[in-house]
Amino acid sequence: MSKSNFTRRGMLKTSALAGAGVALPTIFTASSAAAYMNEPKGGSVTLGFNVPQTGAYADEGADELRAYELAVEHLNGGGDGGMMNTFSSKALQGNGILGKKVEYVTGDTQTKSDAARASAKSMIEKDGAIMITGGSSSGVAVAVQGLCQEAGIIFMAGLTHSNDTTGKDKKANGFRHFFNAYMSAAALAPVLKNRYGADRKAYHLTADYTWGWTQEESIAAATEEMGWETVNKVRTPLAATDFSSYIAPVLNSGADVLVLNHYGGNMVNSLTNAVQFGLREKMVNGKQFEIVVPLYSRLMARGAGENVKGILGSTNWHWSLTDEASQAFVKSFGEKFGFPPSQAAHTCYVQTLLYADACERAGTFNPCGIGEALEGFEFDGLGNGPTLYRAGDHQCFKDVLVVKGKENPTSEFDLLEVVEITPRAQVEYPVDHPMFAGGALGACNAG
Amino acid sequence: MDAIILQILNGLDKGSAYALIALGLTLIFGTLGVVNFAHGALFMIGAFCAVTLNKLLSLSYMVEDPTRTDFLGKPLQVATPYVHGWFGEATGEALIDWSVPLAILFSIPVMIAVGFIMERGLIKHFYKRPHADQILVTFGLAIVLQELIKSFYGANPIPTPAPEVFRGSFDFGVMLGFDPNAIIYPYWRMVYFAFSALIIGAVFAFLRFTTFGMVVRAGMADRETVGLLGINIDKRFTIMFGLAAAVAGVAGVMYAPINSPNYHMGMDFLVLSFVVVVVGGMGSLPGAVLAGFMLGILEAFASMNQVKAIIPGIDQIIIYLIAIIIILTRPRGLMGKKGVMEE
Repeated sequence: MSKSNFTRRGMLKTSALAGAGVALPTIFTASSAAAYMNEPKGGSVTLGFNVPQTGAYADEGADELRAYELAVEHLNGGGDGGMMNTFSSKALQGNGILGKKVEYVTGDTQTKSDAARASAKSMIEKDGAIMITGGSSSGVAVAVQGLCQEAGIIFMAGLTHSNDTTGKDKKANGFRHFFNAYMSAAALAPVLKNRYGADRKAYHLTADYTWGWTQEESIAAATEEMGWETVNKVRTPLAATDFSSYIAPVLNSGADVLVLNHYGGNMVNSLTNAVQFGLREKMVNGKQFEIVVPLYSRLMARGAGENVKGILGSTNWHWSLTDEASQAFVKSFGEKFGFPPSQAAHTCYVQTLLYADACERAGTFNPCGIGEALEGFEFDGLGNGPTLYRAGDHQCFKDVLVVKGKENPTSEFDLLEVVEITPRAQVEYPVDHPMFAGGALGACNAG
Repeated sequence: MDAIILQILNGLDKGSAYALIALGLTLIFGTLGVVNFAHGALFMIGAFCAVTLNKLLSLSYMVEDPTRTDFLGKPLQVATPYVHGWFGEATGEALIDWSVPLAILFSIPVMIAVGFIMERGLIKHFYKRPHADQILVTFGLAIVLQELIKSFYGANPIPTPAPEVFRGSFDFGVMLGFDPNAIIYPYWRMVYFAFSALIIGAVFAFLRFTTFGMVVRAGMADRETVGLLGINIDKRFTIMFGLAAAVAGVAGVMYAPINSPNYHMGMDFLVLSFVVVVVGGMGSLPGAVLAGFMLGILEAFASMNQVKAIIPGIDQIIIYLIAIIIILTRPRGLMGKKGVMEE
């Protein structure tokens, strides 16, 4: 019978010494071999675009993917460079990111939190994605942001409008360029007062989920502050398709304004139903009855057709803006795809450039380095005027557009017109504002 | 009182859609014994018949307008529908405006053809299989059909307005002595209700007063005996499948202006319509119609603020709650017959 000289304790000691020996050369160098999650090793770097490719928001997801494709093309030196030419930061050279060619993988969120997390996880673990971006729903954005925080990956949010994304659910690894419900309300309320007066009674129909709740809270607070009375707040199921039962009692409630805190298919159907019921032709309390859609999307406006004419709302960006940056983006996108980009496409394109630029300025793909580069970053030339990525909550602060449905559109894309560009100062709020309370950024996680 | 009348009216148009879909489902189940989960997809295809005819009538040629520019600064291409050139601007515009009612004529042959292909191509192979197999295959078919529609028309809802003359709403309140605006109801929903009543009446009359209908009813009661009399009941049942598809299709066509059609609208109605069939009684045509209107009206009442204040969230569960109560107290449904799905 042979006797081994190996013991368990001896094995552990040897392993520890060997491990320390192997790690020693890299511990004291900035570019350690495994310093952070999915550190790019070869000549390329992979970004993960997580958008709804199936389900009700698939068209919006398709537009986001087009924008990502365009951004990657521009980052790699292709095309006309788009907004890289107008961006105030000149760190991007059109040679990829930090000299590495940009490649991408895509995932399908299906606008479901669990599916979105699964596709993001797959892109991080199997494809080695260094950054995840995308989304057309706040529920999804919050879920994926949480996953990226745990995984040690930067999350550059796409279209997400709930206050919670950079409020109670904010994360150190998550960044949002898109505006939020508070900003919509702050921009919209003064315009509503100017057009419809200070003595109005509002009736809210609200989609019963995180975005709807924060939108309702924000717009009700902003309109009440200027003198409006909130007559009723009615929550509608997210799965509802026919809103007639919810709309029919509106006129009889004494309200003279209907606020539709709906998005996507909900918005299309509730607005269509409201117009069918003839609400806009009625006089209540001696005033013309009005409808307000706080968050507009061109893609949704197409679904509602003529019903959007004259109805006020807000957007993050619109292709008709005449500033040099917006026009550069519209030209790039329009010549490549044959139609103007949506606001979802714009924010996704911008987020990709901002991430790449932060990598260049930080000189690393390390999420913590990128986070530091983005925090407090002030920039211009990306279509929204001077913009700040606030360090305290990772929310971008910029001008907000108040729009209304166009009376005489010239094409199927020409549905909204800009009524007012609300200056950034009017939509700013403190980090500890009660509507955003309850969460903490926490520490950056590099994986 | 006005709120109650208002919700009854709301329930009637919802109930109309439920009743029409449930009627088709029951026809198929009663004749062929198939639980057809693709029936909602037939409703959706009907709505897209309206979209298709609207798009066909709106097909346009482009005329350059040098005085205006597009988003890229190039001369604007203005779309002019071909029908304007063919029939004159007024007639052409009227054709586009009336595309939804016209789509009824367009949809009937399309839906009968779709129904025939579905039944002969796939469903007939599952007649003797368990109901679970039938549900699986028809559910799969429904998903395939909705994805096909999505690949052609996209995921966004497509606005398909009613004719101009039917837009707006009627003030029942004034007529009934209430305050103005107390009870308003859109014209098109009134049209939809009347249309549903007409279709339901026509189906019942067809089954009741024609020889074909009599044979079908006899086949539903005792398929074997009818077959022994030398009647090809299978052929007649296939025709009934086509008829049920056409009923679902025209219901979808007329529903298009109420809510902009989208690829998953069939699924939205499917589950509720099955509940309607079960509540009405499997295989009972009057039961399907009765349950459709009853559940539509109860659903409308449940979404009243006064009701939701007492039982929050009741609007989301009312139909299922009623279904549970009915099944517990009357296991065969409101008008179900002994022996149906009980072997």
